[in-house]
Amino acid sequence: MSMSAERTGAPDAPEAAGQEPAPARTPGRWSAVLRQMAGTRRVLFGVVVIVLMVVMAWVGPLLSPWDFGERDYSAFLQPPSADHWWGTDSTGRDVFVSTMVGLQKSVIIGLLVAVLSTLVAAVVGAFAGYFLGVTDRVLMWITDLMLVLPSFLILAILYPVLRDQGWLVFVGLLAAFLWMVTAKMVRGMTISLKEREYVLAARYMGVPAWTIIFRHIIPNMSSLLIVDATINVSSAIIVETSLSYFGFGVQPPDVSLGSLISDGASQAVTHPWTFVFSTGLLVLLVLAVNLIGDGLRDALDPQSERRS
Amino acid sequence: MWLFLVRRLVNYLVLIVVATTCAYLLAASALSPRVNYENQSPRPTEAAVDARLDELNLNDKTPLAERWVVWAGDVVTGDFGKTVTGASVNDEIEIRVLVSLRLIIAGVVIGASLGVAIGAYAAVKQYGLFDHLSTGAAFTVLAVPAVVVAITLQVAAIWVNDVAGEQMLVFNGEATPGLDAGFFGTLWDRMKHMFLPTMALALSQFAVFSRYQRNMMLDVLGSDFVRTARAKGLTRRAALLKHALRTALIPTVTYFTFTFGVMMAGTTFTEKVYNWKGMGSWLIDSIATNDVHAVAAVSCFMAVCVMAAAFLSDVLYAWLDPRVRVS
Repeated sequence: MSMSAERTGAPDAPEAAGQEPAPARTPGRWSAVLRQMAGTRRVLFGVVVIVLMVVMAWVGPLLSPWDFGERDYSAFLQPPSADHWWGTDSTGRDVFVSTMVGLQKSVIIGLLVAVLSTLVAAVVGAFAGYFLGVTDRVLMWITDLMLVLPSFLILAILYPVLRDQGWLVFVGLLAAFLWMVTAKMVRGMTISLKEREYVLAARYMGVPAWTIIFRHIIPNMSSLLIVDATINVSSAIIVETSLSYFGFGVQPPDVSLGSLISDGASQAVTHPWTFVFSTGLLVLLVLAVNLIGDGLRDALDPQSERRS
Repeated sequence: MWLFLVRRLVNYLVLIVVATTCAYLLAASALSPRVNYENQSPRPTEAAVDARLDELNLNDKTPLAERWVVWAGDVVTGDFGKTVTGASVNDEIEIRVLVSLRLIIAGVVIGASLGVAIGAYAAVKQYGLFDHLSTGAAFTVLAVPAVVVAITLQVAAIWVNDVAGEQMLVFNGEATPGLDAGFFGTLWDRMKHMFLPTMALALSQFAVFSRYQRNMMLDVLGSDFVRTARAKGLTRRAALLKHALRTALIPTVTYFTFTFGVMMAGTTFTEKVYNWKGMGSWLIDSIATNDVHAVAAVSCFMAVCVMAAAFLSDVLYAWLDPRVRVS
């Protein structure tokens, strides 16, 4: 990442002058990034959509007269009405409430998996790139091996075995197969960062290697890591959906958007409300995350400004 | 250069062997083919099941290491063992690879060519209406998981059939079983079956390739050699097609090679939803039927495809782009 981005913030920005009355401070990198992102329409769209969805997912079930898991034995597969806002499914569950609970689970899984896998990628990549030699060989070999192993197959075989441990294990398994490509990028960047003056200075002062990695190297790649974590959120949601569709993911009584889509798919034509809402929300969620990721990349990488 | 290539190939080979072994050990310890016999009626005696499992080298009473040695010995001679039903895994691979290949060639080629054409044109008309529309379309498709693309198309097909009142779009299997309609009739039947899965694949590929090609094209459009081509009197069209697009295609071609290899076993979702018996859907079917040898074979096949794709795309890149060779 180039250092020039720190100086690209517009010096005559009105809010910076308003907030900081005493010394005329040059806006820092992150405020410049924030301002650029807020000025981009697609990022705004993405943020607004995600905030709305999160609010809806957590507040919606409270407003609805129905509880999650509650069955209405007088209404099976009924179309949306005043009583059931988004209709009911084949077992009499309220589609609105289960979709909202599924949305919660998908959002949580996406976020956790992304944070976890980016963390692993940063540590593995930074250690490999900083120490090189044997450490690098071993770590990169493991990375390559993980890339070659068919992740879907391993998830599908392992998950039934670990199913009883709950969905947090599922998060760990998903994260275990998403970190490899980022780790390779991090390694490449670490190799160039470790020759920078501030890293050399720290090393000659006798700072231990792992402190250098966590205090100097990883923070200096934060922009790459943030962009990557954002992209991983959407990949995690997509993988989760695919696995849940085939029954290898979130298990009942838990629901996620993927398991709801798979329930609804068979009756989508005759009873569209069981399918349309969950699918629509999923697409909207991933789209919003992707738009934010794309905007972040443009804002953080000075060279990509003209691209989109 | 040659030494480098050979070392890389050896490394790839080791990775494939380790990956396949991992998959075998995992499958052999987690999947239990014995369960398959428990639901049969009349239920076979335990001794009969043992004998049958021993014959297939799938008996969980034999130590895992012993089973692995027998299996690995066969694999070295090119035999992937037997499926749970006793058929040869090798024969099954042959049939399924052809099925997958048919689907992937059509889907990826259509999707990639559409994507390249649209992406390149969007780059030339950057910020125009076409650019905005194609970018929006690509972004939307990228947000839809492959499973959902496949299901949505299927649901749409059911709806179209309902409205039309006849079976216009087919979404199940590769061909109508037992159809006897001569050469052209069979061909037409197969085409009809191919249409929707191919569309599902091509749609996702279009989104990826159009984004990719647009970025590549934008990088090239401002470069000196395109300006020189225009300055020496070429028409805009010729300069764009012969100089800009050609250069911008190099990374796309290598990416295409890579995608193709990865797709060979990666069309799991499309194949499964449309009930095609290809390599991808075998993955799920073999787990469901506790078919240890099939799982190992599919993993090996996937690893080989990914590695071959990575290797080929590297070689192709070096061959197409002189700058890589010099540095």
